[in-house]
Amino acid sequence: MSESKSHQRRLKRSAAHERFRRAGNRVMLGLTGLMTLLAIVPLAWILLEVFMRGSSAMSIEFLTDTFKPTSMGGGGVWHAIVGTGILIGLAALMAVPVGILTAFYVSEHPNTTLGLAVRFGTDVLSGLPSIVVGLFVYTIMVSGQGYSALAGSVALAILMLPVVVRTTEEMLKLVPRSLREASLALGAPEWKTSFQVMLPAATTGVVTGLMLAVARVAGETAPLLFTALGSNNLSTALDKPIASLPLVLFKYALDPSRVRNAQAWAIALVIVTLVLILNIGARLIALWRTTRGVTQ
Amino acid sequence: MAESVMALPSRIPLPAAAARPASVANAATEAQASAKMMLDHVSVLYNVFTAVANVSLPVYANKITAIIGPSGCGKSTLLRSLNRMNDLIPGARLKGIVSLDEGDIYAPNVDVVDIRRRVGMVFQRPNPFPKSIYDNVAYGPRLHGNIKKSELDEMVEHSLRRAALWDEVKDKLTQSGMALSGGQQQRLCIARAIAVEPEVILMDEPCSALDPVATLKIEELMKELQNDYTIVIVTHNMQQAARVSDYTAMMMMRPDRAGEMIEFDVTTKIFTRPKDKRTEDYVTGRFG
Amino acid sequence: MTFSASHKFKRVSSSRVGRALHASRGDIPFKTVIILSSLSLLGLMVGVGVMLWLRSGPTRETAGWSFVTLNQWNPVGEVFGALPFIVGTLTTSLAAVLIALPLGLGIAVFLAELCPLQLRTVVGFMVELLAAIPSVVYGAWGIFVFIPAFVAPVGNWLMNTFGNPNRFPYLPIFQGPFFGASNLAAGLILAVMILPTISAISRDVLLAVPRVQREAALALGSTEWETIWQVVLPYGLSGILGAVILGLGRALGETMAVTMVIGNVSQLSASLLSPGYTMASVIANEWGESRTPLYASALLEIGLLLFITSLLLNIVARLLVWSVARKTPEQRA
Repeated sequence: MSESKSHQRRLKRSAAHERFRRAGNRVMLGLTGLMTLLAIVPLAWILLEVFMRGSSAMSIEFLTDTFKPTSMGGGGVWHAIVGTGILIGLAALMAVPVGILTAFYVSEHPNTTLGLAVRFGTDVLSGLPSIVVGLFVYTIMVSGQGYSALAGSVALAILMLPVVVRTTEEMLKLVPRSLREASLALGAPEWKTSFQVMLPAATTGVVTGLMLAVARVAGETAPLLFTALGSNNLSTALDKPIASLPLVLFKYALDPSRVRNAQAWAIALVIVTLVLILNIGARLIALWRTTRGVTQ
Repeated sequence: MAESVMALPSRIPLPAAAARPASVANAATEAQASAKMMLDHVSVLYNVFTAVANVSLPVYANKITAIIGPSGCGKSTLLRSLNRMNDLIPGARLKGIVSLDEGDIYAPNVDVVDIRRRVGMVFQRPNPFPKSIYDNVAYGPRLHGNIKKSELDEMVEHSLRRAALWDEVKDKLTQSGMALSGGQQQRLCIARAIAVEPEVILMDEPCSALDPVATLKIEELMKELQNDYTIVIVTHNMQQAARVSDYTAMMMMRPDRAGEMIEFDVTTKIFTRPKDKRTEDYVTGRFG
Repeated sequence: MTFSASHKFKRVSSSRVGRALHASRGDIPFKTVIILSSLSLLGLMVGVGVMLWLRSGPTRETAGWSFVTLNQWNPVGEVFGALPFIVGTLTTSLAAVLIALPLGLGIAVFLAELCPLQLRTVVGFMVELLAAIPSVVYGAWGIFVFIPAFVAPVGNWLMNTFGNPNRFPYLPIFQGPFFGASNLAAGLILAVMILPTISAISRDVLLAVPRVQREAALALGSTEWETIWQVVLPYGLSGILGAVILGLGRALGETMAVTMVIGNVSQLSASLLSPGYTMASVIANEWGESRTPLYASALLEIGLLLFITSLLLNIVARLLVWSVARKTPEQRA
């Protein structure tokens, strides 16, 4: 059944339009490359400014002295370093166990109602503004008892939790099922299987999760405004306000004194360096892990 | 609206290819048809792995050429070299010459986009765009410039008629192409391919995801289409190859996992008096 | 050679109950603990909403809906209308999304479709690093570097070119006065901060588009760009929308960087170049001064608003992003 008579050329192609298509293709593809380059510009710029301005104000004394008024030279940020260390350390102590245990449940039972709800909840929790988290902790911990380091840690722990859960869950998923089944087949109870077989196999994952979680909260300021409040004194008390590097950065940046502004840049240098090391380190560990093989 | 719509020649001249190899002389003497496409000692390599080794075969105009063979023998890879779809795979290289109307399609300054318009493809699983039926078919023509709505309507109807789908969808052109049944989706993909007025249509196991009724419809369609197009079909269904094709190429996997063509002939000969024992074993179902 | 070796095996109680108990010793507490942990995570979300709701009671009762419609924030006179902050938040966030959307999409297209594989991880990582820099550092960079070096000249140029009320009476968005700290500065910095969110999620969405869709388009004689623009992007549209909404959500809640560059003036203005105020920054700024319970409750109610909008946006966005991955199985004819 031949229909070749109706098979005339209907499609009108013009040489000009064809050239336009090819040229348009090159232009648009080039544009996307340009945009990517454009995105790197602010990154490079910020890092450059932080390193240049921060290092010119940096000194050993800056890191080891505590607060002094500008009339006495400005002092250092040792109190803030200690404060940040305590806040993050406590927060990690709270977030990591809860995060790992939650990840155990979610990776074993991903499709139960609770599992789905938790996975969804983790995503949503990670999108909450940190200021809202700070307000929440204020209402449950500060409004009766006053500002405290513990409250600050709790706020940071809530922010760290989704990161720990997500990274640990991803890593647990990568552990081959056969490992778990072998352990169970040998008669080990579930909890032993989880702690002695699955967790060690996912150690690097937990470590990278911790690193990324710390990087996430190292620079957090807003939630601390309502919980730890900040302080000029060196303190390790958990039930009193405590200093923290980002809080001091905030205060010094807005301070009219140039000495304080310069110190703010030095603090920025410290925080950014920490964040960069943690992020790049976590990436490198993950890379090293995948090139070595799945387990351990 | 003085738009200079210069009617382009149906093909943009390609660099000249080498002369036809003697290996296909036997089939050439049988047919009086001319070769629309020619593969001359073609090998396809992915990095260091050879997927297809040294295949030479003609694709005669307005005929249906089937490529058959057991799984993994490189049939699809060979097919995809005809419209340079293997270019999409990083590390893929081609040796030898693939020519379309005597022009080497892999020559350096060749416009790949135009080759792919001239050599269309229908895939194993129907893959309509998540657009309406109308927009699926109109996609190709729209690429080539502003076409008046009335002309576009006509082109869409024409393509759908040729793909034997018009009657079933003419009242629901605005519905999503993905809402059709499997067989209808595949005919939609055929209509879509026809709309850009290709010269060759490649079909990669087009019926393997379809039921027997839909398969039969598509086979009928192929025989109608061959009046205006050259068709190359890869199929693992021997009966289909026997029913539908004019020429058949039999491929097999060598011990080194490369695919080679072991026989090429008129279909009736391949299935009744094959020259190679392996071909005979395969078509009689002794293995495969 | 008999099988009497069975006596060497540990005596396990032969009854089924006994064996079940033995197997789960330690398992029941373990299972309870992990379920409790998971529940606590959900409980947190609920708790945040509940506590904010309760503690914002005083203002909710006294002000009612006028809280969101009244354009007057008067702590001294105890009149609390949060409209200026709501408008300020929306202005800066929408400006940020308008800038970050084309850029983020372009980057996602580049990384997903065009970039050679080796470069992809490195470049993608660099774009993600933008998200790792703390908000307060962005703020400091904003005050001391970005505003003087970029926002000020650009703002001045905009004001001089388009901001003359006599020449462009219907274009108030570029009118002065302009002091550097402005909605424009906040919008630009927010755009940089949400760029990684939009581009990373869009990139994942594009990578999830099935290969056969691209192949179908290319086999019809499309150029690469035509394939991307007419087939890949439309296929992933709902996911990209999700990415944009997530970016918007992030922009809404950004506190420190915005506080430091927006000027903190609670006055509604139609101009991008005037200073502004957002919900998050008013809470951060005025918390220390909130002496009265009503004042504190007002700030908490703003926090509640932030919580609700962020929650809704997140839920919608996640659903949209998940929907692209679920579309793929439909392909099976």
